[in-house]
Amino acid sequence: MCLAIPGKIVKIYTENGLRMGHVNYSGTISEACLEYVPEADMESYVIVHAGFAISVLDEEQARQSLETWDEVTDHLKKQGYTVENAPLTDKTKKD
Amino acid sequence: MKYIDEFRNPQAVKALVHEIKSISTQKWVIMEICGGQTHSIMKNGLHQLLDGVVELVHGPGCPVCVTPLELIDQAVEIASLPNVIFTSFGDMLRVPGSSKNLLEARSEGADVRMVYSPLEALKLAREHLDKEVVFFAVGFETTAPGNAMAIAQAKKEGLTNFSELISHVLVPPAMTALLSSETNRVQAYLAAGHVCAVMGWEEYEPIAAQFRVPIVVTGFEPLDLLKGILMTVQQLESGKHVVENAYPRAVARKGNQQAKALLQSVFQTIDRKWRGIGIIPQSGWALTPEFAAFDATLKFETGHIKTQEPKECISGEILQGIKKPNQCPAFGTLCTPEHPLGATMVSGEGACSAYFRYHKEV
Ligand code: SF4
Repeated sequence: MCLAIPGKIVKIYTENGLRMGHVNYSGTISEACLEYVPEADMESYVIVHAGFAISVLDEEQARQSLETWDEVTDHLKKQGYTVENAPLTDKTKKD
Repeated sequence: MKYIDEFRNPQAVKALVHEIKSISTQKWVIMEICGGQTHSIMKNGLHQLLDGVVELVHGPGCPVCVTPLELIDQAVEIASLPNVIFTSFGDMLRVPGSSKNLLEARSEGADVRMVYSPLEALKLAREHLDKEVVFFAVGFETTAPGNAMAIAQAKKEGLTNFSELISHVLVPPAMTALLSSETNRVQAYLAAGHVCAVMGWEEYEPIAAQFRVPIVVTGFEPLDLLKGILMTVQQLESGKHVVENAYPRAVARKGNQQAKALLQSVFQTIDRKWRGIGIIPQSGWALTPEFAAFDATLKFETGHIKTQEPKECISGEILQGIKKPNQCPAFGTLCTPEHPLGATMVSGEGACSAYFRYHKEV
């Protein structure tokens, strides 16, 4: 119930007086209610929870976060640490 | 996937872990409130990467786990009535009640249906005007906007055959209750990103100030969690205790204004019982008198059903961060996801099931 991931709005329409949309998660399309995100438009990334978009992803903020992490990684490398690109252990794959 | 894979980048994970280790002078006890975060931590082994620096204790933030037994019993009672279509999110169907769960009620003839959104339940009500359609409205502040919308919409459309069995719980009162407890070990909180996406984080500021604990709004991907932990440890090391946001791409200070406005008109704050914990004052939502006609407990008069919880299960202590699942004698033997004794084993977000799936050996 609680793991909402961002998806892209690919269709917006009205149904029973409610603003609804189709949200694309890498090819899987789900329906979501967009009443709570009036600012969201086609192509916006939204976070959907139990059928309702509750937040529009701030793409500028996402980019900034990623940049800071790149800086942290570069800084470490410069200090001589090896930050090898080993995958995280995803234990689901074992089961 | 865009905006997901980048937040799982293993190089940056290593770098952030290194950063956290390099600034820690002692082992800090940090609670992640949300069950979704517990799962992400266990799945990605973050607790092992941080071993020795940070102890992550798992909070009560799984709606399925804290829905009290008597609400499950009420749900089974209502679902078993003739002429009722009972709808629920999938993960509530297997939660054991005192005699049976909703799936068992269905196998005995009850019309129980799984839905992904309360709007699907509302659709059923439109299509079956001769039946009563009831939706099991559980959850934290995250599912509340949807559940409130379904009720407001039913009222607008004049649908009198729709109601909700409501078991809404709120995060800040639970945080306060945990910090006030004599057994509290928690020194800082990672606040659940999606709860804050709805509510914002201003309501956490008095808690951080009163109990002198850092609270950092945190997302769900490995890098989001580590960033939240890093900011928390930075505060702990420098003796600060404020609310900060480590998840700015999804959460704004004031949250979602539209959702908050509707929540305020549909719900009022009441005392709520939490499974395994007991009553926490002013920790839940019920419908305001204006919407009382949509309250299934009143409509079907099930409010008298009160149930005591089984003694064996220590999920209450687990939900309060006092014990870990593997300290339960029933863990993995008498109690498994196939045959759960308590709600923390049923739900995919429960700490017991997270340990069972990812961490049996420890
Ligand atoms: S392992 Fe089962 S019995 Fe033990 S605390 Fe968890 S849910 Fe309860």
